Amino acid sequence: MVVTSGMLADVIYKMGETSLHYLSKAAIRPVLAFVALASVATLSVHAQDAKPADAALANQLDPNDKSGEQDPKLLDKYQAVKVEDGKYIDKDGAPTYHISNDGKKFDWYAYSGYRRYHAECHVCHGPDAMGSTYAPALKDSLKRLSYEEFVGIIAGGKKNESAGGQSVMPAFGDNKNVMCYADDLYVYLKARASGAMPRIRPGDKEEKPEAARAAEKECLGG
Amino acid sequence: MRAVHLLALGAGLMASAPAFANEDVLKRTANPAEQVLQTVDYANTRYSKLDQINAGNVKNLQVAWTFSTGVLRGHEGSPLVVGNVMYVHTPFPNIVYALDLDQDGKILWKYEPKQDPSVIPVMCCDTVNRGLAYADGAIILHQADTTVVSLDAKSGKVNWSVVNGDPKKGETNTATVLPVKDKIIVGISGGEFGVQCHVTAYDAKSGKKVWRGYSVGTDEQLIIDPTKTTHLGKPVGKDSSITTWEGDQWKTGGGCTWGWFSYDPKLNAMYYGSGNPSTWNPKQRPGDNKWSMTVFARDVDTGMTKWVYQMTPHDEWDYDGINEMILTDQKVDGKDRPLLTHFDRNGFGYTLDRATGELLVAEKFDPVVNWASKVDMDKSSKTYGRPLVQAKYSTEQNGEDTNSKGICPAALGTKDQQPAAFSPKTNLFYVPTNHVCMDYEPFRVTYTPGQPYVGATLAMYPAPGSHGGMGNFIAWDGVKGKIAWSNAEQFSVWSGALATAGDVVFYGTLEGYLKAVDAKSGKELYKFKTPSGIIGNVMTYQHKGKQFVGILSGVGGWAGIGLAAGLTDPNAGLGAVGGYAALSNYTNLGGQLTVFALPN
Repeated sequence: MVVTSGMLADVIYKMGETSLHYLSKAAIRPVLAFVALASVATLSVHAQDAKPADAALANQLDPNDKSGEQDPKLLDKYQAVKVEDGKYIDKDGAPTYHISNDGKKFDWYAYSGYRRYHAECHVCHGPDAMGSTYAPALKDSLKRLSYEEFVGIIAGGKKNESAGGQSVMPAFGDNKNVMCYADDLYVYLKARASGAMPRIRPGDKEEKPEAARAAEKECLGG
Repeated sequence: MRAVHLLALGAGLMASAPAFANEDVLKRTANPAEQVLQTVDYANTRYSKLDQINAGNVKNLQVAWTFSTGVLRGHEGSPLVVGNVMYVHTPFPNIVYALDLDQDGKILWKYEPKQDPSVIPVMCCDTVNRGLAYADGAIILHQADTTVVSLDAKSGKVNWSVVNGDPKKGETNTATVLPVKDKIIVGISGGEFGVQCHVTAYDAKSGKKVWRGYSVGTDEQLIIDPTKTTHLGKPVGKDSSITTWEGDQWKTGGGCTWGWFSYDPKLNAMYYGSGNPSTWNPKQRPGDNKWSMTVFARDVDTGMTKWVYQMTPHDEWDYDGINEMILTDQKVDGKDRPLLTHFDRNGFGYTLDRATGELLVAEKFDPVVNWASKVDMDKSSKTYGRPLVQAKYSTEQNGEDTNSKGICPAALGTKDQQPAAFSPKTNLFYVPTNHVCMDYEPFRVTYTPGQPYVGATLAMYPAPGSHGGMGNFIAWDGVKGKIAWSNAEQFSVWSGALATAGDVVFYGTLEGYLKAVDAKSGKELYKFKTPSGIIGNVMTYQHKGKQFVGILSGVGGWAGIGLAAGLTDPNAGLGAVGGYAALSNYTNLGGQLTVFALPN
């Protein structure tokens, strides 16, 4: 059976949950980050199975958009090559976005990621992943970060020292409002990073997949 | 020389008669050469009697000297001046500098606390700190990690320190403290982390806890008398808070106390407001959620609640009620009344009788406010004192997973913590405001201790159909409930105003300008662009007979986060994207004090 990245996030989260009884929170965080990084091998094996993109998977971007700052290389790299239960997967085996109807319709995860980002992340990273005086622009960070690095950072946090002072991102490893939507956030930020999604709220969306509903229920625990 | 004398007097009082502490503060706040409280005076008027710099000569203002704080984060609050010494604070790591005004700001001492950096990301919206207070020879610092420290003003040595909360549970601090009588009164932040918030009084001499009153909780926790404490003239009754929450949700109820405190010595009462109920998803917490979003009047000795007034029952928009309560004595209908005026996040300017808690005025101080048609002022009405919520803008009525559009104001409020000023010469309030609206979509969230607990997606944009800017600086008549004049600003005005006897009102802008306007007309008289955006409060003092004006620059706070990249209007179609100014095109991070004076 192919291990999807969504399952990976579930596994990471559940591991955190069961470990909670035995470990302090501080101890779990590095474990979570480690699990995220250790999964690279699984994913790259999966990547070799990837089928070439078919026409239905091609993204239809808004031809009039001027705010997205489209990056042709990333648009190509993040192109979906297959879809499983409403979740789009790129050639590296990582979750990605899907846009149709001239940029008006987004896949469920990109839409959900927009919502979750503007609840959990924007209070530091600014609206539309544009960055702030306080934290970096994730639309730029996601040009570089792999899926595994991304999940590792949100689970384990991050610290930067600079001449102006320290900046610290908290570990969200035990925050279900973030970890249960790690894939959603990742897909949304990838769409912002490649410029596929302009600075808009996604209007139309694909229906919420049954798989997303089930995963959410299981992850949130009722 | 006078400063030395005053310092000695302060030290003497501390040794012999701590109960007179407020007299030290009262005496010093009556001397306009000094500034010992962030709020300028106990009444929070932010009015200075200094008048050397006036409407006629302010255009000649020049930079006298500057000082870099060495920290590049949002700089809120202002320095203090006691005698010939200026005390400057910084955002996290909360450094305190004592600067010698006799020697161009030579550093007399520096205090830098050691704090766990894990507190940084727990602070919603930047690591700001709204400043120090001085009383009885001590400088009081309330750090980000909730440690309250009393420092010897002369040496910077620690007199005592006490820990008020636990950052691991999301409890942090950004606020200043209120030194009153023999106590230091402090608040706490953490509304986005489900903290059950409170105010706490510590003994000014020892740091020993005297009382703690919660915003949300049991009668005992609240320090409330069901038969004597009133809400709009009527006793609140038994369990007035916990019966307005479902189950034990009140235990993670919020109602945080991160704003300003005012104090009336005659009534022996302190005044402040409580913040939002946790979470931002109203569907998840049915009920009025008392006493979040509430004006509190408490006895400073016992903490007993005299009266409460809940402005936004069952909040659906994050309209924290923490903004300052400005105490004035004015005539209402020909009668002298002790008043309390408050410019709430929710866009209403309230005037109450501060002795009784009677609601006198509640009017919109920005005409675009639309979430409520008005506040019901009919005493015989069932909904007396409540805002009449417009169904279209009710995120509760529209429900979870529905995006309610075009709500004015946005969650940051028509005004946030940036304090207003009041001039007894004009009887006008000078109010820095936001002119921003939002779309708000609540959804279900789960609670994890020490983790944010938000539960809503927001998009903000400049008020539609207006001047396109994101702020106004207005003059407000608190008795009539009317705007006297209004100056449009490109960005939200996130700087505390200062009114002076020279008929000049000062404020800073997010681009970094210090501005001086005419108190009567609002006409701009002077502006100067400082190195970074201003979210600090303007202060003034007199040294060797000469008046100075000081302002901290250092963009950040929620303004720096929300406006750095510029806003877009999600309802205006793609053509409008990028049509609004990005703060990052005007200014950059900084941390600097700029002091102004007239040429010799």
